[in-house]
Amino acid sequence: MANESVHERLNREYSAGFITDIESETLPPGLNEDVVKFISAKKGEPDWLTRWRLEAFEHWQKMPKPDWAHVDFEPVDFQAISYYSAPKSQADGPQSLDEVDPELLRTYEKLGIPLHEQEMLAGVVRGNVAVDAVFDSVSIATTFKEKLHEAGVVFCPISEAVHSHPELVQKYLGSVVPQRDNFYAALNSAVFSDGSFVYIPEGVRCPMELSTYFRINAQNTGQFERTLIVADKGSYVSYLEGCTAPMRDENQLHAAVVELVALDDAEIKYSTVQNWYPGDAEGRGGIYNFVTKRGLCRDRAKISWTQVETGSAITWKYPSVVLRGDDSIGEFYSVALTNNRQQADTGTKMIHMGKRSKSTIVSKGISAGGSQNSYRGLVRVTPTASGARNYTQCDSLLIGDACGAHTFPYIENRNPGATVEHEATTSKVSDDQLFLCAQRGIDAEKAVSMIVNGFCKEVFRELPMEFAVEAGKLLEVSLEGAVG
Amino acid sequence: MSVLEISNLCAEVDGKAILKGLDLTIEAGEIHAIMGPNGSGKSTLANVLSGKPGYEVTGGSVLFDGQDLLAMEAEERAHAGLFQAFQYPVEIPGVSNMEFLKTALESAAKAHGEEPLSTAAFMKMLRSAAAELDLATDFLKRGVNEGFSGGEKKRNEILQMKLLAPKLALLDETDSGLDIDALAVVGNGVTAFHKEDPTRSVLMITHYQRLLNHIVPDIVHVLADGRIVESGDKSLALALEEKGYAWLNKA
Ligand SMILES: Nc1ncnc2c1ncn2[C@@H]1O[C@H](COP(=O)(O)OP(=O)(O)O)[C@@H](O)[C@H]1O
Ligand SMILES: [Mg+2]
Repeated sequence: MANESVHERLNREYSAGFITDIESETLPPGLNEDVVKFISAKKGEPDWLTRWRLEAFEHWQKMPKPDWAHVDFEPVDFQAISYYSAPKSQADGPQSLDEVDPELLRTYEKLGIPLHEQEMLAGVVRGNVAVDAVFDSVSIATTFKEKLHEAGVVFCPISEAVHSHPELVQKYLGSVVPQRDNFYAALNSAVFSDGSFVYIPEGVRCPMELSTYFRINAQNTGQFERTLIVADKGSYVSYLEGCTAPMRDENQLHAAVVELVALDDAEIKYSTVQNWYPGDAEGRGGIYNFVTKRGLCRDRAKISWTQVETGSAITWKYPSVVLRGDDSIGEFYSVALTNNRQQADTGTKMIHMGKRSKSTIVSKGISAGGSQNSYRGLVRVTPTASGARNYTQCDSLLIGDACGAHTFPYIENRNPGATVEHEATTSKVSDDQLFLCAQRGIDAEKAVSMIVNGFCKEVFRELPMEFAVEAGKLLEVSLEGAVG
Repeated sequence: MSVLEISNLCAEVDGKAILKGLDLTIEAGEIHAIMGPNGSGKSTLANVLSGKPGYEVTGGSVLFDGQDLLAMEAEERAHAGLFQAFQYPVEIPGVSNMEFLKTALESAAKAHGEEPLSTAAFMKMLRSAAAELDLATDFLKRGVNEGFSGGEKKRNEILQMKLLAPKLALLDETDSGLDIDALAVVGNGVTAFHKEDPTRSVLMITHYQRLLNHIVPDIVHVLADGRIVESGDKSLALALEEKGYAWLNKA
C-alpha cells in the first residue's frame, strides 16, 4: 500500500508538467554561423549585435566544456538541439495582450500566472507585480507597461530594448558577464533568444515588483534567455524570476545569462524560484540548468540574490557579485533542494574589490532520495579591499541514507585587513525526530516539510511575501515521496 | 472502563526479548507508577505502546480505550489520545516550539474532523499553559528543545501534554535530572492536568519516590526482567526506595 501511494504521488508531483499544443516555428537542430545570423535577423538586430553574437560563437567553438562541477551526466550534443522556437502566432511579437494567443494565456493561467492586467490590478492572484512571460524563445507579454512608464522604468523583452533603448543595451550588455566568460555564457551570447530588460532611472524606486516567468515548451529546444537589469544611481528594484517546463523523457538545455548593474547607491534584489522539470524518479528527462548570473556593485550599491532551487535534473549556477565600489554590499541567500536523481552544484562568488565592501552568504542545501547536492562558493578579497568583511554560513540537511551533501568553500584573501568567516553544518532528519512528530500526531510527510521549512527560514525571510509562501509549498511538493 | 489493558505482551529489540509476558490494566482516571531496575524494559514498554519503530511485538495484546492499539499507526495512537513524555526529548532545530505545537493540534483537529483553533485562541491557550509551567515566552519561539537545559526539556514535554490533552499520558522518567523546584513545577503540572479532567489517566515511569510526593499514585508496579513482578499502593514505592529491588527477587 505504501508503495502504491508513493507511486501515485510521483505521478502527480510535477504539476507544471503539461505540454501546450500550439503551432511553433522551430529551427531544425544544429548550430553554425547561419543559425546565429538567422536568430539575429529574426529580431532585426543592428549590425553591432550580430557581430557580437558571431564573436561569441567563434570563441565558444574553441572553448572546453567545464568539468569541475560535482555533477555527472551524458555529454550534451549541441548539434541535436534547436536554437530557436517561437509559437507561430507570436512570430512578429505581440503588440498588446489582446494579440496574445489565448492558448498561451491559458498556459500561463494554468501555471498560476494570469497575464490579464485587470485581474492583476484587482489583486486576484498576486497584487502588485508586473510580469514578463517568456515562452520558449520569445517574450509574449509584458504587463503593467504604462504604470511603469510613468515612473520612467523600462521593463520589456530584451529584443525590444535593442530597438527602443539601443544605447543602454550596447553599453551594458556583456559588461558584467563578458561573451567569453565561460562555455555556457559564450553559447548564450551567440544564440540568446529573449529575456527581460530592466532600466530604473536615477533616484527612482520601482513602484512594483518586476517578475519574469520562463517556460520551455517545445521539444528538443534549448532556452537561452538573457536578462539585463540596470539600476541607475540611487534607484531600487526587486525582481523575481520563476521557471517551469513540461515533463519530457529527454533532457532539455537551459543556459541563461543574467547581468545586474547597480550604480552608486542603487539596490537590486533578485529572487528566483526555479522549478524546471527535474526528471522522473529514475532520472529520465529533466532540465539541464547551466546558468551564469552576476552583478556589479558600484559605490555603496547593494545586490542581493535569493534563490529557491527545487527543479532541474542538473543545476549548475553561481549567482555572484563583483563588489567593485567602496562600501558596497553583496548577499546570497539560497535554498537548493534535490530529490530522486537530481544533482545540484550551486553557490556564489563574492569578489571584494572596494574598501569596506561587505558580503553575506547563507546557503541551505537539502538532499533527499538518491540526489547529490553541492555548495561551491568563492570569496575573493583583492589587495584593494581594505576592511572588507564576509560571513558565510553553509548548512546541509540530509533526508534518508542514499543522498549526498558536499561543501566546497574557496577563500582567497589577499588583504590582511579583511575578515572572512565561514561556518558549516550538516544534519540529518533523524528517525527520532520523525517519531517525536508522529507521537504528537504529525505524519511523516508533514513533519519533513515542517522540518525543511524551519531549516530554510532564514532564506525564505528574504523573499517577497507572496513568494515565500509559494516557495514553502513548492518544497513540500518537491519532497513528496521522500519519506515513508 | 479500562483505558489501557495489556495482556501477556511480549516484545523484542534486535531479536532480543525485552518484554516477556507483561500484564497491566489502567482504569480511566487512575494514576499508576512503574518502578524497576535499569534495563528492565520500562522505556521499551512506553515505546511499544506509542508505536516507535524498531520494536517487534511477538505476542500479547493491548486495548486502548477498547481499540486494538497495536494495529494503529503511531500518529493514530496520538490522535486517539495516547501521549508519551520522552526520557530523552530530541531537538528539532529551526522549528519553533510554537509552530510545532500548532501543527500538532491542527493534525489532531483534522483527524477528529474538527475545525482547528484560531491562531489567537491557540496563542492564548499556549501562553497560559507556558506560564503555569514557568516557561518564558521567548521559549516558545525557540526551536523545539533546541539548546534547552535538561529541566527545560522535561517541562516542555509537560507543556505539550497539557495542550494535546490526552486520555493517557506515559511519563518516562520525566522527573530525572530535575532540581527540587523544577520537580515541584512538573509535579503540579501533572496534578493539574489530572484535576482538570479526572477521567484522564497517567502512567509514570520513575526511579524515585520523590516524584510520588507530588503526584500520588493509585497503584505502584515493579517491572523486572520484562514483567510486572509486584503491584501495590504507594507504600510499595517507599519500601523500594528503602530496600532497593533485590529483595523482590528473593521473595
Ligand atoms: N534500540 C535498542 N537497541 C538495542 N537494545 C535496546 C534498545 N532499546 C532498549 N534496548 C535494551 O532493552 C533493554 C531494556 O531497555 P529499556 O527499556 O530502555 O530499560 P529501562 O527503561 O527500564 O531502563 C536493555 O537491555 C536495553 O539495552
Ligand atoms: Mg528508560
